[in-house]
Amino acid sequence: MTNNMSGISVFLADKGIYFLTAFLLVLGIYGMITCKNYMKKLICMNIMQVAVIFFFLCFGQKNGGTIPVQVTGLMGARHYINPLPHGLMLTAIVVSLGTTGVGLALLTRIKEKYGSIEEDDIIKGENKF
Amino acid sequence: MMNWFLENPGLRPVMAVFVTMAASGLIFVMGDHVRQNVREAITFIAAIFNCAIVISLVPHVLAGENMRVSLFQIAEGVDLSFSPDAAGMVFACVSSTLWILTSLYSVGYMRGHHEKHQTGYYAAFAMCISAVMGLCFASNLLTFFIFFEILTVATYPLVVHYRDEEGRRSGRKYLAYTLISGQLFFAGIVILYVLTGTLEFKAGGFVSPDLLPGPAMLTLFFLMVGAGMVKAGVMPFHSWLPAAMVAPTPVSALLHAVAVVKAGAFATIRVVFFVFGPDAARACGGAEILSYFAVATIWISSFIALRKDNLKARLAFSTIGQLSYIVLGVSMLSPFGAVGGLYHIVAHAFMKITLFMCAGAVYVTTGKKNISEMVGIGRRMPVTMTCFTIASVAVAGFPLFVGFVSKGNLVMGAVSVQSPLYAATYIASGVLALAYLLPVVFTAFKRDVINMEFQERGEASLPMLVPIVVTTAVVFILGVAPDAGLHLYSMAVSAGHQIFGTIGVGI
Amino acid sequence: MSNIPVLIVLLPLSAALLCMALSLIHWRLGRDVVIASVAASLVLSVIQLKDVIDHGTVSYVFGKYKIPYGIEFRIDAISAVIIVMILIIGFITLLFSMSFEVRDGGKVKNSGAYTMLALLIVGMVGMTSTGDMFNLYVFLEITSLSGYCLIALGGSRGIVAAFRYMLVGTIAATFYLLGVGILYSQTGTLNMEDMHYMLSRGVSTEAQAVALVFIIAAFGVKMALFPFNGWQPSAYAHANAGSRPLIAGVMGKIPAYAMFRYIFCIYGSEFRFMDEFLLIVGIFSCCGIIYGSVRAMAQTDLRKMLAYSSVAQIGYITLGFATGSPVGIVGGFLHMLAHAFMKSGLFFGTGAIRQKYGSMKMEDLGYIYKKMPLTSGLMVVAALSMVGIPPLGGFFSKWYIGMGAAGSHHLVYLFVLVISSLLNAVYFFKLFEKMFMARDKELPDRIPSEVAQEVPWNMVLAIVVCFLAIILIGVFNVPIVNVLMPTVMEVGS
Repeated sequence: MTNNMSGISVFLADKGIYFLTAFLLVLGIYGMITCKNYMKKLICMNIMQVAVIFFFLCFGQKNGGTIPVQVTGLMGARHYINPLPHGLMLTAIVVSLGTTGVGLALLTRIKEKYGSIEEDDIIKGENKF
Repeated sequence: MMNWFLENPGLRPVMAVFVTMAASGLIFVMGDHVRQNVREAITFIAAIFNCAIVISLVPHVLAGENMRVSLFQIAEGVDLSFSPDAAGMVFACVSSTLWILTSLYSVGYMRGHHEKHQTGYYAAFAMCISAVMGLCFASNLLTFFIFFEILTVATYPLVVHYRDEEGRRSGRKYLAYTLISGQLFFAGIVILYVLTGTLEFKAGGFVSPDLLPGPAMLTLFFLMVGAGMVKAGVMPFHSWLPAAMVAPTPVSALLHAVAVVKAGAFATIRVVFFVFGPDAARACGGAEILSYFAVATIWISSFIALRKDNLKARLAFSTIGQLSYIVLGVSMLSPFGAVGGLYHIVAHAFMKITLFMCAGAVYVTTGKKNISEMVGIGRRMPVTMTCFTIASVAVAGFPLFVGFVSKGNLVMGAVSVQSPLYAATYIASGVLALAYLLPVVFTAFKRDVINMEFQERGEASLPMLVPIVVTTAVVFILGVAPDAGLHLYSMAVSAGHQIFGTIGVGI
Repeated sequence: MSNIPVLIVLLPLSAALLCMALSLIHWRLGRDVVIASVAASLVLSVIQLKDVIDHGTVSYVFGKYKIPYGIEFRIDAISAVIIVMILIIGFITLLFSMSFEVRDGGKVKNSGAYTMLALLIVGMVGMTSTGDMFNLYVFLEITSLSGYCLIALGGSRGIVAAFRYMLVGTIAATFYLLGVGILYSQTGTLNMEDMHYMLSRGVSTEAQAVALVFIIAAFGVKMALFPFNGWQPSAYAHANAGSRPLIAGVMGKIPAYAMFRYIFCIYGSEFRFMDEFLLIVGIFSCCGIIYGSVRAMAQTDLRKMLAYSSVAQIGYITLGFATGSPVGIVGGFLHMLAHAFMKSGLFFGTGAIRQKYGSMKMEDLGYIYKKMPLTSGLMVVAALSMVGIPPLGGFFSKWYIGMGAAGSHHLVYLFVLVISSLLNAVYFFKLFEKMFMARDKELPDRIPSEVAQEVPWNMVLAIVVCFLAIILIGVFNVPIVNVLMPTVMEVGS
């Protein structure tokens, strides 16, 4: 019993974080599909992107690893965590920022043209053009 | 330069194709900006030049020279190549000579009738001829297919010439039939190329009878023959042809006599004899099925023709039947049948173009389309109607006329394969041809009823009359001496020899 | 090591960054710099193509890192050809869009559009040349972001279309990133060649298959492969008129090429689930070909019709890949080239008609061939090529794809090709009927005759280039195939 319990907790400690990121990802996509408000869709988009960033950061992690900065003396490679996923995610964050920026710019224009950012109103307005 | 050209007869087909294509482009671009006469002059120069090139090739083909020339690879492993052979030359000679006559006739018709869109008409016409030249001389299936499809597309503007609702409908019908069959042909070519790795025509075929199991082989056979069947108007794929009658008469003449349906018949010849070959066609049973299609078409179309009052429609159904003569001749897979089928391309071309040009002349001069309105018209247009009579009799296959030569061979072919059905079909069809064409003649020359409209003599204009008389003369001359002029009969026979080998040909 | 690969990307990139600032100095300066930079890149790309043909694959490494660690530009024959295609169409589109400038008191208002066009070109060229998986993501996002902006510039409906595209496109980009993440966690490398080495060395796992699913879905969305094509018709139809040819003609092709690289260059035939994936791609393509053609038949708006036809035509390209045989793949690439010119040619044509008569409805095209012979000539050739009439480009790509299909015993694919040609014929001949036979509509001519008889020179140039390209790709397809074939044979076997 205890053995089994510890199996689950080991598993959760080891892999559980991936389930959380997957949940976050699905949550974001679900929100993008169901929300009628374009602003909410944009927010959900960000949640989804953050999920992938977490995913990268998670597998970049290592038990007992330290940040790859030389503080005192050089240790073996196994003592450092892999810096590359973090580096990549910095870029991904920038890209996500850019996408959000474009999205917001589009939203303001939509608001200007259609007077609303609700899906239903926009579909009505679209048919007028 | 000139010498080099003369010494390389293999380049002449290329010239024939591209001169005509260039003429088409020139007419299309310049047509509206130059005077009518200049535009027509381009047509004539191209037509005469083209005809000269084709005729200059005749001795080389008769001598059996190999004139294959390939320009460049058009697709990986397949060349764009031309090689005039006897079978192709027969068709090329017919269409290039008839182009001159049809052009002359078109000038008379189009001007007499004050047609619109003449520039587009002449351009598309030249393009059709160019495509026909290409497919006559093509030495492999891909080259053949390219020109086959160009022909399909180039005919479309001619069919919809009047740009009205009716024309549009028949244009759609035409496209539906020809494009579907063309695409299936394409699929067939692709499969064949993957299986055999070659597309080069070879007299007697390059497909071995055991290439595929029976049903698959049969499917492949019909995928490829289908395109020819549709263009040749074999029933039940014929209905585009009567629909295309809405176009002006020279177009009908082109469709029926010069280029389009003949291209279909020629495609059948190429596929059956030069791709599959008699052995494979017989082994898979495709030829036999094809022959039943043809037999049914000959019978049904003749009966339908009997009931048509519109002269052009009657002629159209007659064409459908006559084209199936060729298809039947091919599908009986006997040397006589092949020779007769090939020569019937010639015979039918001259006979049917005469009939169509007569019908057009009547329409332009008097505005009559229906046979019932033509009572006594022989009094007004005696020359035209005499020519009509001669051509009608020739279609029925009377001796001394060209129809007899081809039909004699076809019947002999039927006898040599010991098929009473085929022989009976040919003979009965001759009788039926008389039954649907002679009433026209009798109506025209009725003596007892005097139609006031047709009291005065008034023939069609000279550009229309001259081609009619010339083609009628040809119908007679070729009937008496089948080999006269361009040695078309010898070429048909030598094509038969090439296909079946010398043993057992007996002609 | 020659710097050409990076210069091709760098020149338009710097021009794009300078464009806005320069246009403050003089209204035309920004635009001219962009056009000049793309022209320079075009010249360089032709040099590069020649270099690649003569000496084989070119590799450019950034920052002197060793290869599996640093970012690499890797240009083989296929990418070199595609880069030339992007730059040719990009260049003529830039010239073409000069006619669509909105001027406001002597100042061009859309220098922003030129910036975005240049960035779009940068993104696409980058996607094609890069040999690094994450770098591809960055270029993918550059392409997408500039694409969103250009679509949004197309008026009220364009903005909504752009927003929707952005939502779907971002999901796609995220999926791609997820796929890359999975692969990276499995192999620890991001370099494509190295990744192929790693993947082919070990046993293929389910995780790799999941990654490929994500990646195919991502590129499927970006190239509007059925069933991921929901965003595409309205986005193509309502994009900024001047840039529409580039967006509709080229933007969908580059993800297709990227997908090819993932399936064949990175995973390769050693991958355990390869056949299943090819089958799925094949099914998607077949459905897309039929669906796109059928939907296109129902459209009355010319732009929508062309957009739906793109769904079908992208299907041809992926169908070529799905045959898995080298001939079929080459056919897919040939179709990529041919279709880029056909589709942008058709959009150049419609753009010219819109510029002159201000209408895009099929009903208004009556007698357009008399009024605009050059434009309608191009449209006829392009449409015939779409239908697959020889000897135009579209026929030969179909020929090779068909051969690939027949050679790998997928006769269904061949059958779909046939059906689709016929469906294409239905709507393109409907277009011809409108162009040549409908009644003349008296529409106001918006280009004064003292400016140009038909359309201004920059439009004529675009039309002529496309016209020639369609015919030349058709007639001289063998040299192109010979250039592509060795590279495909290398990865396809």
